[in-house]
Amino acid sequence: MGSSSSRLSNIPNGQELMQETGFSDAHLLRLYERFQFLDKDNKGHLRSEDFEAVRELSKNPIGDRIVEAFFLPGQETVDFPSFVRVLAHFRPKEKNRTREGAQQEPEPANSRNQKLKFAFRLYDRDRDGKISRVELLQVLREMLGMQVTEEQLQSIAERAIQEADLDKDDTISFDEFRKISFHADPHRNRTGEARACLLEGKQT
Amino acid sequence: MNHIYTKRALSVLIICAFLSLPYGSSGEAPPKPGEGVTILSPVKPDNGPQVYPEDEKSNLPVFTMDYPRIQIPFEITLWMLLASFAKIGFHVYHKITIWVPESCLLITIGLIVGGIMHSVKEEPPAVLTSNVFFLYMLPPIVLDSGYFMPARPFFENIGTVLWFAVVGTLWNSIGIGMSLFAICQIEAFDVQDINLQENLLFAAIISAVDPVAVLNVFEQASVNEQLYIAIFGECLFNDAITVVLYSMFSFVAEMPVVDPVDVFLGVSRFFVVGLGGMGFGILFGFVAAFTTRFTSKVREIEPLFIFMYSYLAYLVAELFAISSIMAIVCCALTMKNYVEENVSQRSCTTIRHVVKMLGSISETLIFFFLGVVTITTEHEWNWGYILFTLLFAFLWRGLGVLLLTQIINPFRTIPFNMKDQFGLAYGGLRGAVSFALAFTLPDHIGRKQLFVTATIAVILFTVFLQGISIQPLIEFINVRRTNRNVDTINVEIHSRLMEHTMEGIEDLCGQWSHFYWKDKFMKFNNRILRRIFIRDRRAESSIVALYKKLELQNAMEILDTVPGDISAAPSLVSLQDEKKESPKPKKIYMAEDLKNMHNILSKNMYKIRQRTVAFTSKHALPNDSQPREILIRRHASIRRSLRPGILQSTMVPKSQKYFSLPAAQNLGSKYPSVRLSYADDHETMSDVAYPTRRSRFSHPKRSSSGAMMPLHRLGTLKEVPSTDVLNESEGEGGSKDCSTPIDPLLHFSGWL
Repeated sequence: MGSSSSRLSNIPNGQELMQETGFSDAHLLRLYERFQFLDKDNKGHLRSEDFEAVRELSKNPIGDRIVEAFFLPGQETVDFPSFVRVLAHFRPKEKNRTREGAQQEPEPANSRNQKLKFAFRLYDRDRDGKISRVELLQVLREMLGMQVTEEQLQSIAERAIQEADLDKDDTISFDEFRKISFHADPHRNRTGEARACLLEGKQT
Repeated sequence: MNHIYTKRALSVLIICAFLSLPYGSSGEAPPKPGEGVTILSPVKPDNGPQVYPEDEKSNLPVFTMDYPRIQIPFEITLWMLLASFAKIGFHVYHKITIWVPESCLLITIGLIVGGIMHSVKEEPPAVLTSNVFFLYMLPPIVLDSGYFMPARPFFENIGTVLWFAVVGTLWNSIGIGMSLFAICQIEAFDVQDINLQENLLFAAIISAVDPVAVLNVFEQASVNEQLYIAIFGECLFNDAITVVLYSMFSFVAEMPVVDPVDVFLGVSRFFVVGLGGMGFGILFGFVAAFTTRFTSKVREIEPLFIFMYSYLAYLVAELFAISSIMAIVCCALTMKNYVEENVSQRSCTTIRHVVKMLGSISETLIFFFLGVVTITTEHEWNWGYILFTLLFAFLWRGLGVLLLTQIINPFRTIPFNMKDQFGLAYGGLRGAVSFALAFTLPDHIGRKQLFVTATIAVILFTVFLQGISIQPLIEFINVRRTNRNVDTINVEIHSRLMEHTMEGIEDLCGQWSHFYWKDKFMKFNNRILRRIFIRDRRAESSIVALYKKLELQNAMEILDTVPGDISAAPSLVSLQDEKKESPKPKKIYMAEDLKNMHNILSKNMYKIRQRTVAFTSKHALPNDSQPREILIRRHASIRRSLRPGILQSTMVPKSQKYFSLPAAQNLGSKYPSVRLSYADDHETMSDVAYPTRRSRFSHPKRSSSGAMMPLHRLGTLKEVPSTDVLNESEGEGGSKDCSTPIDPLLHFSGWL
């Protein structure tokens, strides 16, 4: 864990980041190393090409959406704090760990709400706060690929909107999205927690 | 109408019970074949023309009777029928089956029949010899459990499962054995002659949680998935340790002194047993998968391979005295993926159906005979010993669960909370496996009868008391339940999205968890294993081909939609009442499509393992998703044709209009004829409808129960041969002309 030469002090704003995101210093160090690894030219920030260099990610059907989620609207680079902030969404919820600093007022990054917001952003590419039918279709098309006919995609998307859309505006707003997810079995979100365990250090 | 059925069923039951009595009298001949008794006994009463020396001419006997010849198969059949009638009888009264699990009812019936036989001084047929049990009755049940085991939750929890199975059973056995030995020292109970080894042996027998009993009870109590898998897996896999402990202790029981070498040998034997069982199972599974690659020309016997190979795995494991249950479970798990892609759709349905049927029959018979033999064996009752056995069984299980969960919870993503632990501890029912093991106890153990009696007592106690009370208790303490209802499409999409996201993030972070290894395995699977075992390896094309086949089959199913409930007629009336509340039918309507979409999404997502149905009801086939996939495609095409202005809510009133049509028209005449041709497909559907119907009674949800009948029979769609994949588009096109559009809607609503 401490094999590398970089220390917490090397990370700019390391302490504040730790407080803000809730990562421990070991985590933060690891993420910093990864950030530096991705940042091939040592620019200090990441561009989308760096993300695409991760081979598996480019094979992921929604890989480009994930990458987009890192970039704040309008920006073309991702610096380390932004990188960490996004990844903080995937941290498992700790039970009773008290931390100094603001924990209660701004919502912790890994709260369910924040996770849902992140997921919402994956759908809602144009960031207008609503998932339109077109956007939903795009997501479905990316995930389902060529194996399902267009008419099936249409009807699936239609059904999804029908179910979720309570105010009948033919789009899914974040509130509606949240309502759906609350009806879900809480265990469904375990994928998030399972993966996040890897950030806890259960690394092979 | 229910009362008539009840009376009829009960009367048939009683008649059958009495009929079987005289036939049970010749109890010497074991009624199962293969027991080595030849029927061609010299005793042939009045068989054939006999020449009496007094008569000069012999008359041709017009009517002869030769009972011993058919005795064994006849008795087997009668017993099976009796048990099955009992099963039918239970379900006539819905209320019973909610409160009392079937196992209890069956044991009760067995007790009654046993009581009758005992009072008439008849001997029961010596069916429940342990040989018969282990070789004939147990494999179908285990195959059933293994085949429908939800693979993905199982593999995700495999550490927990193995932990509970191995360490838990070990803990239980040793704990119970030791404490019983301590009890034996007390003079008051008069059991001082039981030494430590025998106590340990007995403890090994009764500490094994039994798959038959547990699953019977748990499938009704819809607990959360983690708990279910933990207990499901535990009871299947503790067979390994039970076998080892049993053989070790029975071996050791003969010896006065235990060497440390024996303990070491016991440990190594455990590995042999466990890994050997798994190895054989996987081996046979692969062989079966490979065989089915070449069976495209002999579709009719495809299901046979599945059964033969599983059974072979079981027998070979028995041959080497390794864990046969593990062998057959691993065989089924391995085999299932590949076989289901190779065989035809009909074979797949047949396999599933027959597995379920055999499992159900075996289970029924086991419990039934448990009841019968309870009455008819000699018992040796010892209050102290038996009561303490019960106490310790309970105590040690509770302690064990508590302790083990504390140890393993940190490793789990979703830790078991206290309520889950209670469910785990309380759900440890013992059943027929313990019983059979007790019967196979070597005779040199002096107190064998006591052990048998104690085992029966423990079984009856756990099955009755715990089995009946577990569901109310679980509801009372509010164990996390599963969301058995189909989730909305959005949740499904969202879950898939999150999975992809997680994979992406994982790749991004460059860290690997066990998902990575699973991914690796899936890649290995796709690259190598599937090439060997699957005939048509290109995943996309096989899915497309399957869809086409299914669509054709589904076209046939649309013709024959009704699961033949005559009682559906009143439901039409209730529907007319519901007409006023449009949201509800709308929801029903959508829920069906949801299942379809659910399944399409499940089957088609990249890189994500197919989610099998998380839970399968013990008494029904799992949600046969593939026909429903077709339904949705049909539906889409149909809706296209109706698209202008007829979406969502407006669709439904249209269907309701149909309900108000005089329903009686086409019902009576057309059903029998249509049903004959599509009998097998239709049966599957009705079975699929079953689990949801069952859950409906426990949740007071108001919805239209019973099947809806299509009011418009289609005579125009002909049965399309399933191999003719090119007819897909024609099938779709052709159906649009008829008034098909409404039928699937009714069809959908009926299957809830």
